[in-house]
Amino acid sequence: MSRALINVPKKAKRGQVLEIKTLISHTMESGFRHGTNGKDIPRDIITSFSCRYNGEEIFATQLFPAIAANPFITFHTVATESGTLAFRWIGDNGFDVTEEAKIVVE
Amino acid sequence: MRWKVTRRDALKVTGAAVAAAALPAAAQAQVPAARPGQMEAAIRKIVGEAPIRPGKVTLDLPPLVENGNVVPMTVTVDSPMTKDSFVKAIHVVNEKNPQPNVISVQLGARAGKAEIATRIRLATTQKLTAIAEMSDGSCWSDTQEVVVTLAACLEDLP
Repeated sequence: MSRALINVPKKAKRGQVLEIKTLISHTMESGFRHGTNGKDIPRDIITSFSCRYNGEEIFATQLFPAIAANPFITFHTVATESGTLAFRWIGDNGFDVTEEAKIVVE
Repeated sequence: MRWKVTRRDALKVTGAAVAAAALPAAAQAQVPAARPGQMEAAIRKIVGEAPIRPGKVTLDLPPLVENGNVVPMTVTVDSPMTKDSFVKAIHVVNEKNPQPNVISVQLGARAGKAEIATRIRLATTQKLTAIAEMSDGSCWSDTQEVVVTLAACLEDLP
């Protein structure tokens, strides 16, 4: 199954802007390539990614075939309170992976 | 430690450059052709008829890309990111990939900093445009030209 890597600071000060880095293993098959038999290789990509901070969506993105394999996405958020950051990747062929990271805000 | 350039290294680099230069002509026929004007059409589809002004957005891409399969890209928007004034969305579109969209991102005041980074694919030498939609409805953009030596979609298939 797909392996997701997330980089979130474990501790933060209230109001601090955090950089969050995410990486998930996925081929991101564009659907524009042909196999050795001349047939098209069907599209298989991650189409959306979102991040929720204690249930509230703080970041959402739509991905297209122009995103490189193993999508790496970096974004920012303000540390407001201690809790959980929930990440979710959704893609073709029923691809659906969720991952969580805990954060302590002082 | 200093890296010493040997004759062998120099030959390797030259060989790779020659191979990269020879590839595109043979391989480009496989890539579905982009429609002319697809970038402009895609931009209009995303933001509608809103006027787009250059500025505020910084699209950071390497000017010369060796491998179109993995191109690091950073988009930064100059915005205070407060409740009254923040970036609602960032869109990136390309000129000559088989599909014009690259990525669309929804942000909010909680982002704190309007900056995203990812890695993209480029089929050929082309222009890319990043568009930022602000909370007041205005749209800003930045365009960069990228030279690609080895295009995406050309690697050997299983």
